[in-house]
Amino acid sequence: MHARSNKVSSTPETRTIAVEVLRYQPGDATTPYVERFDVPFTDDMSVLQGLQHIKDRLDGSLTFRWSCRMAICGSCGMMIDGVPRLACHTFLRDFWPGPLRVEALAHFPIERDLVVDASDFIDKLPRIKPWLEPGVPLRVRAGEHLQTPAQLARYESFSHCINCLLCYAACPQYGLDNSFLGPGLTALLHRYNSDSRDAARAERMELVDSEEGVWGCTAVGYCSEVCPKHVDPANAVNQNKTASALSWLVRLLPGRA
Amino acid sequence: MDIIQCDVAIVGGGGAGLRAAIAVAESDPTLSVALISKVYPMRSHTVAAEGGSAGVVRPDDSLAHHFDDTVSGGDWLCDQDAVEYFVAHCTEEMVQLEHWGCPWSRKPDGHVNVRAFGGMKIERTWFAADLTGFHMLHTLFQTSLKYPGIRRFDEHFCCHLLVEGGRAQGVVAIEIGTGRFRLIHARAVIIATGGAGRVFRQNTNGGIVTGDGMALAYRRGVPLRDMEFVQYHPTCMPGTGLLFTEGCRGEGGVMVNKDGYRYLQDYGLGPPDPWPRKKAMELGPRDRLSQAFWHESRHGRTIDGPHGDYVHLDLRRLGAAKLAERLPQICELAREFMGIDPAHSPIPVRPAVHYTMGGIPTNVQAATPMPGLFAAGECASSGIHGANRLGSNSLAELCVFGKVAGESAARFAAGTGHGSPAALRWQAQDACERALAVRTSVGTERVGAVRDAMARSMEQGCGIYRTMHEMQQAAHEIAQLRERVKHVALDDTAEGWNTEWLGAIELSFQLDVAQAMVHSALAREESRGAHQRLDPGFRERDDRRFLKHTLATYAAGSEPAIGYSDVVITSSPPGTRAYGAAGEAAEHARKEQQGVLHA
Repeated sequence: MHARSNKVSSTPETRTIAVEVLRYQPGDATTPYVERFDVPFTDDMSVLQGLQHIKDRLDGSLTFRWSCRMAICGSCGMMIDGVPRLACHTFLRDFWPGPLRVEALAHFPIERDLVVDASDFIDKLPRIKPWLEPGVPLRVRAGEHLQTPAQLARYESFSHCINCLLCYAACPQYGLDNSFLGPGLTALLHRYNSDSRDAARAERMELVDSEEGVWGCTAVGYCSEVCPKHVDPANAVNQNKTASALSWLVRLLPGRA
Repeated sequence: MDIIQCDVAIVGGGGAGLRAAIAVAESDPTLSVALISKVYPMRSHTVAAEGGSAGVVRPDDSLAHHFDDTVSGGDWLCDQDAVEYFVAHCTEEMVQLEHWGCPWSRKPDGHVNVRAFGGMKIERTWFAADLTGFHMLHTLFQTSLKYPGIRRFDEHFCCHLLVEGGRAQGVVAIEIGTGRFRLIHARAVIIATGGAGRVFRQNTNGGIVTGDGMALAYRRGVPLRDMEFVQYHPTCMPGTGLLFTEGCRGEGGVMVNKDGYRYLQDYGLGPPDPWPRKKAMELGPRDRLSQAFWHESRHGRTIDGPHGDYVHLDLRRLGAAKLAERLPQICELAREFMGIDPAHSPIPVRPAVHYTMGGIPTNVQAATPMPGLFAAGECASSGIHGANRLGSNSLAELCVFGKVAGESAARFAAGTGHGSPAALRWQAQDACERALAVRTSVGTERVGAVRDAMARSMEQGCGIYRTMHEMQQAAHEIAQLRERVKHVALDDTAEGWNTEWLGAIELSFQLDVAQAMVHSALAREESRGAHQRLDPGFRERDDRRFLKHTLATYAAGSEPAIGYSDVVITSSPPGTRAYGAAGEAAEHARKEQQGVLHA
């Protein structure tokens, strides 16, 4: 991974970097292939801005997802020099003199160019019950549940997942077998299970304990390394391995069958 | 063409669309909802809202305070019946989000915490650190997964609103991945597509904020209301326009010019101390703060930078610990994009376009003038923002009027049958052919070049201060661009995932919306809220002529017709809008007068 300089010069000096993009167009026998574009850039320009330059000025058929430009909508995940990153949050200056290689996110089917088919993640989402199931539902008129800052802190970092899928592209297990729930969804599941207001932990733990649950994880930890929001899904998976093992042990105790 | 029947079609899967979908499902679980979004719902631009959402909760606050702040903040162009409904329902919606799991920041006793925001008398902004929109959106999206009646059409782009017999009856959508057209036939339609800030150059908005829903309704004869009122947020990153939340100032941040001077005291917002102080200085409203920047810039008291001049947002007094707790995203944006640690250095900021106050006109039931058509969120002109929106009212609006739109549409759908599919099929076929003609158009224009020209024209003509000459110039240029956009040549001829094609359709939407903005602005010969003119005679608010909503009506091939409608005033007659010491004095005088009246 390239070190980030974090230095933005005060006057924009324009340099040029070669950006090599893996192109893929379904039904086109000539793809996939790598196409090289020379992109002028200033120090404050992101890889996303480089791709926008290509699309607006050089080749309007280059296809990628993007929106917020500020690392919160989760649209622009891609492999940048082999590392899963958000294009809006990665700067061309850190790859100069290049060339810089941009490819679709690993471990997902490619729909076109840098766009992957994310439906596996989207389809699995409801299975983890990513909503609050309070034991005793409150009426709105009764006001809010009380939750102390300490209780909030138990799950807050796991609620920061932007569904950008970088952790899935980093996960070797998911690459081998996508029946694995994977890091992002496990973190989100853990977020609800750790919420003092929630009472559906037992139902979610069935999924955690199952074949597609946490035991698929081989503890590589790369998911947490690439997470742009510091969610630490590896930690969520580990905590659930412990929980899952404990509940398995408890079930073995006499009289608990 | 696939034909899908549903009871309620919702265009847009952001905060308002999701809240509406849940409201339909909760009010009648037998109704079917088609939730159509050009991105996965959690990518919607609600995600980027940072600072918070309004709801009266403190014992020293009241609905009357929230009402007064909103109406005076909107320079009395608000529909007061809508504001009354709004303030009365914000808090229950914030509590509802809490019950759905939204991780609101808390006080040590476990109750929800609130922070100060611009133009507000008492702290009433609910927040989840500086990720409020993100958490609200994900909470709504994840909660929506519980309801089997909500069928999502993710990554579907709407290109046409189906209207038959004067009634909205569905939409034509393009499945982005395949380029396939779908006719979504509905008994009621809700538009919840967000704003149109991308028609301007420096803006805080995501790439998807292209005014699609406004244009869909506008082209079918629904007028757009108050489009001249475009909000410049005063603290944005030079160049990219990325937002530094008003919460920065709510937490105690200050703004200084190149001499380190808190210049806002020179623009009717002072005195500067004690600080922080509500409805004064940096906690004045956004229009006033952006206007003050413009004056500082004219006087040479801003700092020159590679992306235009700027002032400093200084957060150093908050300290590293509070910054990390309350404003973590701001710190990260400053660090990653500018190489600045806000705990140690001030942040360069300048105004950028943030929000469109105007839009599709709706009443308190979220109904538009067209039967069967409802709207909520930034695409709507619900009447609560007037000439300038207060920070933290838009997230609350998504919930309050998103819910109303869902309930109203559900009621409408329950009482109305599906129209005849034959006529709709013919209409939809025509819409497909027009969309396909864009993909195969033979011309010379590049989408990017026309888009850039539009954004430059709008920035020149409809900026913080406006002149007749510059607006006329922009109107002329936008008219030319509307011609040029008909002659785009696409590099991309593919059917599936052709984002250049969809970008060209979005651009034609944007140009329609831009034209409504500039002509509405030209016709308003006064200065009010976010619409400020330098032309002699038009520099002051003119209630006699312009205590009116502007209505821009689409005319194919020419400029829009401009008309007006009345503003609803219930309890607050137009008064002087004052902040800082002047505001305190005015409020004191008002209270004394009320005391005399009651005595």
